[in-house]
Amino acid sequence: MSTLVIADVQQGKLDGATAKLISAVQKISGEVHLLVVSFNENALTQAKGLSGLDKIIGVTHVGFEHPTAEIMAPLIVSVASEYSHIVANTSTQGKNLLPRVAALLDTQQVSDVIEIISDDTFKRSFYAGNVIAKVQVSSAKKILTIRATVFNPVAAGSCDDVKILDYEPGESKVSFVSAQISESTRPELTSASIVISGGRGLQNGENFVLLEKVADKLGAAIGASRAAVDAGFVSNDLQVGQTGKIVAPDLYIAVGISGAIQHLAGMKDSKVIVAINKDPDAPIFQVADYGLVADLFDVLPELESKL
Amino acid sequence: MKALVAIKRVLDYNVKARPNDQGDAVELANCKMSMNPFCEIAVEEAIRLKTKGAIDEVIVVSIGSAKCEEQIRSALALGADRGIHVQTDVDLSSLSVAKVLKQVAQNEGADIVLLGKQAIDSDNNQTGQMLAALMDCAQFTFASEVNIDGQNVEVTREVDTGSETLKGQVPVVITTDLRLNKPRFAKLPDIMKAKKKPLEKMTLSEFGVDESSTVSVLEVMAPAKRSAGVKVADVDELINKLKNEAKVIA
Ligand SMILES: Cc1cc2nc3c(=O)[nH]c(=O)nc-3n(C[C@H](O)[C@H](O)[C@H](O)COP(=O)(O)OP(=O)(O)OC[C@H]3O[C@@H](n4cnc5c(N)ncnc54)[C@H](O)[C@@H]3O)c2cc1C
Ligand SMILES: Nc1ncnc2c1ncn2[C@@H]1O[C@H](COP(=O)(O)O)[C@@H](O)[C@H]1O
Repeated sequence: MSTLVIADVQQGKLDGATAKLISAVQKISGEVHLLVVSFNENALTQAKGLSGLDKIIGVTHVGFEHPTAEIMAPLIVSVASEYSHIVANTSTQGKNLLPRVAALLDTQQVSDVIEIISDDTFKRSFYAGNVIAKVQVSSAKKILTIRATVFNPVAAGSCDDVKILDYEPGESKVSFVSAQISESTRPELTSASIVISGGRGLQNGENFVLLEKVADKLGAAIGASRAAVDAGFVSNDLQVGQTGKIVAPDLYIAVGISGAIQHLAGMKDSKVIVAINKDPDAPIFQVADYGLVADLFDVLPELESKL
Repeated sequence: MKALVAIKRVLDYNVKARPNDQGDAVELANCKMSMNPFCEIAVEEAIRLKTKGAIDEVIVVSIGSAKCEEQIRSALALGADRGIHVQTDVDLSSLSVAKVLKQVAQNEGADIVLLGKQAIDSDNNQTGQMLAALMDCAQFTFASEVNIDGQNVEVTREVDTGSETLKGQVPVVITTDLRLNKPRFAKLPDIMKAKKKPLEKMTLSEFGVDESSTVSVLEVMAPAKRSAGVKVADVDELINKLKNEAKVIA
């Protein structure tokens, strides 16, 4: 049996997480197939340049411009019989889609896998990352969402075995109205090698400019705590944490963030953590490799000028 | 129009979970338990929809031990009309919960089922999507805005790239995200009144849903601890350490 990896496709482009998912499943026996569903050929072309794949299954249809779970799930169910493992990323796309597939296949799902130990044994994170469970799955099919950010991507390569599936999406129960896409010229939060995040300590949205100036010097992505997002300083897709995005960059700089467990859940696997906070007792210092107790309004301009 | 709201009793979000001494489960003895924060948001949304006249009745349901009654009573105090408690001491999988919820939704003729996007104990983020699959209906996950006009439902949902708005028709399943609303607090007179609101008790066996799980927990452990770091005196020392010690910036 083989593993089916469902590619994360965003606006017709293959998301970087896909290469990490492919590397994560190499430990599972059998072939690795990638399912690429899109409204154009771009993602498929990108997928052909990846290593670690035995086959690519491509579905291209205008009906998949907005790949809702309602139209995606039946497609995956239609090819499911060939696979022992079906995996997707722990992204909003994967989280929205895979449980719907699992229920249609009457199979339980394991969410947020951070390590594959064998074909049926996995480690997963839960309770806001404060506990890790090693679980064993006895169902014939294993359905997993995988936290792509903790795996390294597969290298560039080539996969020539491409099967084009002639599939027409069915009538959908939902229709698309509009999308509000956050445009940014900065690196993407979950794949950036440096992330600098701001919290309530920044006081307002305008002050995020101070953070952005440092981010520009470092080529960093911008993140935020829930408090900063809730207060409307920045948009929701920047939230790092248990219920936002989970990041694991080489360097994470937390500015004016106290370090609540829900925030730590999203960044404590970063390689190096820096905390800048004026409160010496802020819990963020317990996970920081380098802590600077100071006023961020002094530190940020100084950092910008000295970097 | 009726709304069914699924609420889960979980370890309070302020409590830091840790493995038990045997390392086979999370230590829950003597820990504070509360309604899952995302379920509070779901209850709040249902009450607001009722206030707006979009729905007529709010029914809350919880599946779990006898103690779940506390969380059902809290939801009733907040303004839900009646409660259903499906009793079981087994910690059910999300799939089994979805199967029970499907039957409850069917029995009650619910048009809208509201759930939290994730339970903060399991962090599964599965039940709503599974329920929508079993009901063969539209799913609106991670909702940050819900508008209902007769049978028509329009939801804005939070996605990794920003947000998107979708629409569909009842029956629908909606799972709540943090920014949907700010839940209210119960007032004392309402807490008293809630004690008299109807609460139906059922047992899991009435649903014929499998208690057993195909996912067994072999071991529960704490994540690798980070070694304690150092405090730096100023920006110069910080930059120096990042360049020469950690070597994460050039
Ligand atoms: C169900 C649930 C899910 C949640 N999910 C998330 C999540 O995914 N991500 C998340 O981040 N949170 C999440 N939270 C919220 C979390 O519990 C905290 O409330 C939040 O992380 C706090 O954000 P903060 O650190 O920015 O704000 P605060 O806790 O208010 O901290 C602000 C910090 O800034 C410092 N500060 C203030 N002024 C200055 C200055 N001039 N210079 C330097 N330092 C300064 C203060 O000392 C303080 O430590 C969740 C909560 C719940 C209940
Ligand atoms: N035992 C339960 N009783 C009632 N609702 C539940 C239960 N388990 C999960 N849910 C609902 O499903 C949502 C998501 O849970 P999960 O899929 O486990 O993360 C929760 O926020 C609840 O709304």
